[in-house]
Amino acid sequence: MTLPTTIRRVLPQLVALFVILALNTAIAPGFLDIAFANGRFYGSLIDILNRGAPVALLAVGMTLVIATKGIDLSVGAVMAIAGAVAAALITSDHSLAATILATLGVGIVCGLWNGALVAFLGIQPIIATLILMVAGRGIAQLITEGVILTFNDPGLVFVGTGAVFGIPFPVILWVAIGIAASVLFRTTALGLLVEAIGINRRASSLAGIGTSALLLAVYAASGLCAAVAGIVAAGDIRGADANNAGLWLELDAILAVVVGGNSLMGGRFSIAGSLIGAMIIQSVNTGILLAGFPPEFNLVIKAAIIVVILVVQSPASQTLFAFMKSRPRSEEDAAAPVREPEKEAAR
Amino acid sequence: MKNLKTLAGAVALSALMAGSAAAADMTVGFSQIGSESGWRAAETTLTKQQAEQRGIDLKFADAQQKQENQIKAIRSFIAQGVDAILLAPVVATGWDQVLEEAKDAEIPVVLLDRQVDSSDDLYLTAVGSDLEHEGEVAGDWLVKEVGDKDCNVVELQGTTGSSPAIKRKAGFEKAISGHDNVKIVRSQTGDFTRTKGKEVMESFLKAENGGQDICALYAHNDDMAVGAIQAIKEAGLKPGSDILVVSIDAVPDIFLAMENGEANATVELTPNMAGPAFDALEAYKSDGTEPPKFIQTESKLYTQSDNPKAIYEEKKNQGY
Repeated sequence: MTLPTTIRRVLPQLVALFVILALNTAIAPGFLDIAFANGRFYGSLIDILNRGAPVALLAVGMTLVIATKGIDLSVGAVMAIAGAVAAALITSDHSLAATILATLGVGIVCGLWNGALVAFLGIQPIIATLILMVAGRGIAQLITEGVILTFNDPGLVFVGTGAVFGIPFPVILWVAIGIAASVLFRTTALGLLVEAIGINRRASSLAGIGTSALLLAVYAASGLCAAVAGIVAAGDIRGADANNAGLWLELDAILAVVVGGNSLMGGRFSIAGSLIGAMIIQSVNTGILLAGFPPEFNLVIKAAIIVVILVVQSPASQTLFAFMKSRPRSEEDAAAPVREPEKEAAR
Repeated sequence: MKNLKTLAGAVALSALMAGSAAAADMTVGFSQIGSESGWRAAETTLTKQQAEQRGIDLKFADAQQKQENQIKAIRSFIAQGVDAILLAPVVATGWDQVLEEAKDAEIPVVLLDRQVDSSDDLYLTAVGSDLEHEGEVAGDWLVKEVGDKDCNVVELQGTTGSSPAIKRKAGFEKAISGHDNVKIVRSQTGDFTRTKGKEVMESFLKAENGGQDICALYAHNDDMAVGAIQAIKEAGLKPGSDILVVSIDAVPDIFLAMENGEANATVELTPNMAGPAFDALEAYKSDGTEPPKFIQTESKLYTQSDNPKAIYEEKKNQGY
C-alpha cells in the first residue's frame, strides 16, 4: 500500500462519506453548489460542516473516553448546562471573556465529577455518567428558571453563527479542536497511555501509569468539548433552551465514534475517524431534509443507512473481504465477490 | 398519621366554612401537572391571577408530572371539602376511581387544557383549545393575506405523531383547500424546537432555489418560527416580507419578532383556561346551569397591527 497509515485507517469511513454525499447529489440537484453571500460561504456542504459541529465537538471528547473503555452519557446535559450558564452570565452583564471562561470551567467541573466517580469510586462509566445525564438537564432548568433565556450579545452569537474568511465559526472550532486533540494525543505518549487503560486498567496501573489522573483528564476533556458545543448551540439560536439543547446528542456522538471505526471496547482510537463519523451522520440528516420525504420516514431511513455502514465495517465482513482478496482471481467469476457482502448485509 | 392530619385539616376547614357559609366566595382546589414548559407556567400564573380577581380561595398543588401526586391532591381537596376542583390531567387514563370519589362528595371537577378517557358524567366540563381550529385560523389568515397570488408554503411540523402536530397540520390544510394558489411544497418536522426549526429551514431554503420560490412559512409553534426566522435572515432574505411567517402559540418572543417586522401572525393558545372554567363554575353554583361538556377557548389571531410591543410586555410577566 502506498497510502500513509493514518489515511488507510479511516479509508472505509471516507468511502462511506463519499457514497452518502454522492447519494445526496443524486437526490438534490445543486447539493454541491457553494456560493459566497453575506460574507460567508453558503451551500448544503457548508450546512453539513456547520450543523455537524456540536456532534463533532462531542465526538472528540467521546473518542478519548471510549478509548479508556468508558462512555460519557452526560454530554448532552452538559451542553444544556453550558448554554444556560453562558446565557445567564451574559444577560447579567458579565464580559464575554468571563462568560466563556466560566462556561468552559463549568464544563470541566462536570467532566471532573464524572471522572471522579469512575476513577476513584470505581463506578461503571455508563452509570456514573447517567447520573449527570439525568440531573444535568434539571440543573440547566434551574439556571434558566424554566424559560428559554435569550441574549443578543454579538460575541456569543458570533460563536454560534459568525464566520471567519467565509467559513462558519463552529466549523473552525471543531476542526481546530480536533487537530489540537490529535496532535496532543498522537505526538506524545498520551494516546498510547489512554489506549493502555482501555486495554487493561489494572495492568497499566501496575506498569506505572497514573490511571486515575488520566481518567479524570479524559472525562474533563469530554466535559470541556461538551461546554464548547453548548456555547455553539446556544449562540446559534441566540438563547439557552434547557429542555432541548443537546437532547439525545450523546447518542449521536457515540454513534459518530462507532461509525468512525472505533471500538466501544476501548484500547484504540482515531479522532479523525470520529470526526468523519460525525460528518457521515450529519450528511445523512441533511440529505433526508433535502429529499423532502414525509418526516415519518426520517428515523427509519437514518437507521437503515447506519446499519449498512456498520455491517460493512463489522469484523465479520472485514474477514470476508480479506478472504475474498486472498483468493486467486482465476478461480472465481468476477461478479461474485461483489455480491457476497450484499448477501451478508441482507442477513 | 397522614390520615389523621387530613382529618384534622378537614375538621378545621369545615368549622371555618360553617362560619362563612353564606359568603358567595368559593374555595377551589387546582391540581396542576407541573411546570414543564413556559406555557404551563403561564397557565399557573393566570389561574392564580383569575382566582384572586374573583375572590376565589385557590388551593394549588403541583404534581411534578406524576399522576399519583394528582390523585393524592384531589383526595386531599375532597377531604378538605372544597367547592370545586380544577384538574389539568397529566395522562388521559386512570381517573375513574378518584373522579367517582369527587362525584360522591358532590364536588364538581373541571378539566383544564387536556382531556381524560373517563365517562363524561364524572366531570362537570372540560376547558381546552381546539388544535385543529388553531391551524385553520393560521391558514385562513394566509389565504386572505396572499389573495389571488400564487404562494408556495413550507411547513415546520411539530414532533412527528404528536397530537398538536397532526391536528395543526390538518386544520391548516383544511383552510387552504379550495385555494389552489396556496400550496404546501415542503413539510418536515422541527420537533417544536428552535434549533431544529432553524436547521430544517436552512434545508428548505437550499431546496427551494435559495428561498426565492418560498412565499410563506407555517410553523406549528412559535419557537420553530423564531429559529427559522434566523435561518431566513442568514440566507440574506427578509422574514416577514420576502417570506411571510405565521405560527401558533403566541409566546412572548414571537411578539418581539413581530415588532421588528420579522413575523407576520401568530394564533394564541391561551394560557387562560381558568377564566372560562371559573365562569362555568360560578354559573353552576349560583343557579345550577349545566355547562356544555367541552368549552372551547378562543384561538385569537395576532398580527403586526396589534401592538406587539405592548403584548410582549404583558406576556413577559406571565411566567412563560
